[in-house]
Amino acid sequence: MSGFNQPDNPTEPPADPATAGHQPSHASNGDPVSDVARERLDADQLPEISDERLQAMSQDELVDVGSKIDGVEVVSREYRLKPGSRAEKGAERRVAMCFSLAALLVLAFLVLYIWFPWKFTDTKPGEFTLASFYTPLLGFTLGGSLLLIGAGLVLWSRDLMPHEVSIQARHEGASPEIERLATAATLQQGVESIGIGRRTMIRRSLMGAGGLFGLVLLVPVIGGMIKNPYKDNALYYTAWRKNMRLVRLNGTPIRPSDMEPGALETVFPGIEGSMTPNTIADSATMLIRMHQDQADKFQARPGQEDYRWNEYVAYSKICSHLGCPVSLYEQQTGRILCPCHQSQFDVTRDAKPIFGPATRSLASLPIKLDADGYFVARHDYREAVGPAFWDRERRP
Amino acid sequence: MTTTANPSSETGSRPPNTALGKAAAGIDDRMTMARPTRRLLNKVFPDHWSFMLGEIALYSLIMLLLTGTYLTFFFDASMKEVVYHGSYVPLQGVPMSAAYESSLNISFDVRGGLIIRQMHHWAALLFMAAIVVHMMRIFFTGAFRKPRETNWLIGCLLLLLGIGEGFMGYSLPDDLLSGTGLRIVSGIILSIPVIGTWLHYLLFGGEFPGDLIIGRFYIIHVLLLPGIILALVGVHLLLVFKQKHTQWPGAGRTEDNVIGHRFYPIFAAKGASLNMLTFGVIAGLGGLVQINPFWLYGPYNASQVSSGSQPDWYAGFGDGIARLFPSWETRLWGFTIPGPFYAVVLLGPIFIGMFAYPWIEARLTKDRAMHNLLQRPRDVPVRTALGAMSLAFYIVLVISGGNDIIAEKFDISLNAMTWIGRVGLLIAPPIAYWITYRICLGLQQHDREVLDHGIETGVLMRLPHGEYIEIHQPLGEPDEHGHGALKYGGAAVPKKMNKVGGAGRAIRGFFGPIESPPDLPQLGRGPRESADADNREPVSSRE
Repeated sequence: MSGFNQPDNPTEPPADPATAGHQPSHASNGDPVSDVARERLDADQLPEISDERLQAMSQDELVDVGSKIDGVEVVSREYRLKPGSRAEKGAERRVAMCFSLAALLVLAFLVLYIWFPWKFTDTKPGEFTLASFYTPLLGFTLGGSLLLIGAGLVLWSRDLMPHEVSIQARHEGASPEIERLATAATLQQGVESIGIGRRTMIRRSLMGAGGLFGLVLLVPVIGGMIKNPYKDNALYYTAWRKNMRLVRLNGTPIRPSDMEPGALETVFPGIEGSMTPNTIADSATMLIRMHQDQADKFQARPGQEDYRWNEYVAYSKICSHLGCPVSLYEQQTGRILCPCHQSQFDVTRDAKPIFGPATRSLASLPIKLDADGYFVARHDYREAVGPAFWDRERRP
Repeated sequence: MTTTANPSSETGSRPPNTALGKAAAGIDDRMTMARPTRRLLNKVFPDHWSFMLGEIALYSLIMLLLTGTYLTFFFDASMKEVVYHGSYVPLQGVPMSAAYESSLNISFDVRGGLIIRQMHHWAALLFMAAIVVHMMRIFFTGAFRKPRETNWLIGCLLLLLGIGEGFMGYSLPDDLLSGTGLRIVSGIILSIPVIGTWLHYLLFGGEFPGDLIIGRFYIIHVLLLPGIILALVGVHLLLVFKQKHTQWPGAGRTEDNVIGHRFYPIFAAKGASLNMLTFGVIAGLGGLVQINPFWLYGPYNASQVSSGSQPDWYAGFGDGIARLFPSWETRLWGFTIPGPFYAVVLLGPIFIGMFAYPWIEARLTKDRAMHNLLQRPRDVPVRTALGAMSLAFYIVLVISGGNDIIAEKFDISLNAMTWIGRVGLLIAPPIAYWITYRICLGLQQHDREVLDHGIETGVLMRLPHGEYIEIHQPLGEPDEHGHGALKYGGAAVPKKMNKVGGAGRAIRGFFGPIESPPDLPQLGRGPRESADADNREPVSSRE
């Protein structure tokens, strides 16, 4: 894998004298206990300083001691601008200006929030009231004040805080051998002392109980939510029934003379109280009046030749791909387009998919006229409408 | 003698004489915090602009928690049918779910509610964007290598959880657009072979839409996923802290050290400023840039849909693959394996590949060493090219997720857009791989050339026999053939004279210069001499 190239000398970056660490060394006197103690002391790197000396140390010296303990070496530490210079004064003013402006904007925000008219009033497109500016003004003042505080902090840290190069050693990777071995031994001793390896009877029964206990966690959580999809086979049927009128969303039935050639109406089963989100979800149907020439070349699916009424056809509005309502109808070409994933269906070929990801024709609803001359369904769809599922063809 | 200077010891200790010192001493008396506190203050952070991407994600998350908590005071996650009587006139008298009604109320009848809602949405988009760009940074620089594989894994998980969390937040208002997205997810769940219907009934409690999905999403959105995300972010940061940041190679930087600022006070100040700036951008966007005006879409109705139905961008790849996948469906022994299932399954290996990448690469390179130095993308052409390939795949999907908008705005056939996406999904990734690989090699070559021959100065010299040559500025001591002896170490190589202190600095200006040229150093003269001085005095008079 030459492409995973390493640089020429990955292990030898340019040397820097500043990286030399500080590892106080202690000579071992052969006593294992005090060796361990020293090992810890090495890790902690507490320098040897007498109490008197410690009490007499200045702030800078104490900082140095602290960074030494933490394995940090401050190589350089300098201010970008000369302290007391004009440039520094200017930088100070800029920072203070940012914070002052921020304070002003916060005040403005509070004033606007409390006293500016905010209650929504209806306007025509392109028309504005004072309240239309409420949220933008809040955004401007709140966002502006936060940005100014941020900008002030940026300028402060850039111009007025010391820039430094510090080096810290990494203490990573494996623990010292003694720690690893001691921990492993402790773990092992514990395992051996409780005898889980040797007492097979206890181990197996505990594993059995523990494993089964997992089910206890699972069963009430999942169990309470399980519902049998086949109990009422709702996935296979819609609300359409024999001789049920095709009605619009407002409940009015439809006669053939209500529709111009090329027109499309979205219709629903005309039963009392049927317009709940749940019945709409799978029984929404498109009633389409084709042009005469489209009707003349209409190709029905085998066995569904009598589903249409003259040039009127009714298809499920629920896309056979992923269930969006197919809503865009091109009258002249007789194409139905789903705006979600662009499946296209040909009305004159019994809503067969002609482009896009959908594989199945839209389900066809058999229609006729009732005695009063209104459209009614002859029966429910003969297949499950909408997106496919594993056993959709096994309709009971 | 070693001492720990116990404050209660009889030798007496220096009493703290500042308020800060007294408070600190008081806390240390009770909790022994001096050492961990000082270790934190003294912790060294390497500095690079790209390290802030993860921080932006963190600050966006904080903003999400703050605004999200506020929104819960007003949101009613119920699918109960109500009739709207609020301030928004066009929808008065319209039946809708209580969730949609309360979303309208937050936008129109809660003082300042709209800006909070929009800030929440913008923060979510920024959160996802920052995660994606942060992951790209980690990937392309090799920062995921040992010992940081765990954090890569956590990051990938956070990305997925973020997508899920975002999708649920998008669904909660129960408007026409979000309901359509939910319908598509319902279709995808149904498409899973064997268990799809059971899973759908388990989640939705029946057929789509049922009457409890919004409530379930709500509790997942405000409690379950945020809890998991916060826990993972906690571990993520803890590991970053424990393992320390990676750093770019450079002078003095080794695998065993960290060079940069100490946390306190400068790094902390920088973090605070970035936090404020992130909040400021979110607040500004929330107030000034409208997002998701769901009152225009109306309440969800399964028989309606609008054109241009898109998810938020971070879920766009899923919509893209649903659009591009051909009309294939398998029927076996009376059973159906729907097409959308294949489309989703296609994404599986890509996500698994993303999760497993650190181990895949370790296996291919047999490199199992600890790495704290970053790699420049050009130095690892295969990885960089793989990344570009994945990005190409992703970008084709995202573009295809909005292909109807592109078709409309640019007057391209919709079907052509679908075909462009289908073909593009197959050929764009390998092309991206090849081009990226070549670019990486070219950039490497250029770096090595400069190390070998020096920087091009743009100064031509005519040799006594008439040949013209360009003078190169070697970066180190050249050997007898004039070749540099510097080895390429994975760090940036200066390519211009002004990067090594020659030829002055670049003149400011974007499209054209906005300042007059400074005093250019003249060849053969001292670098500080100005052109004016040269004009006044003949050169020879000074020599």
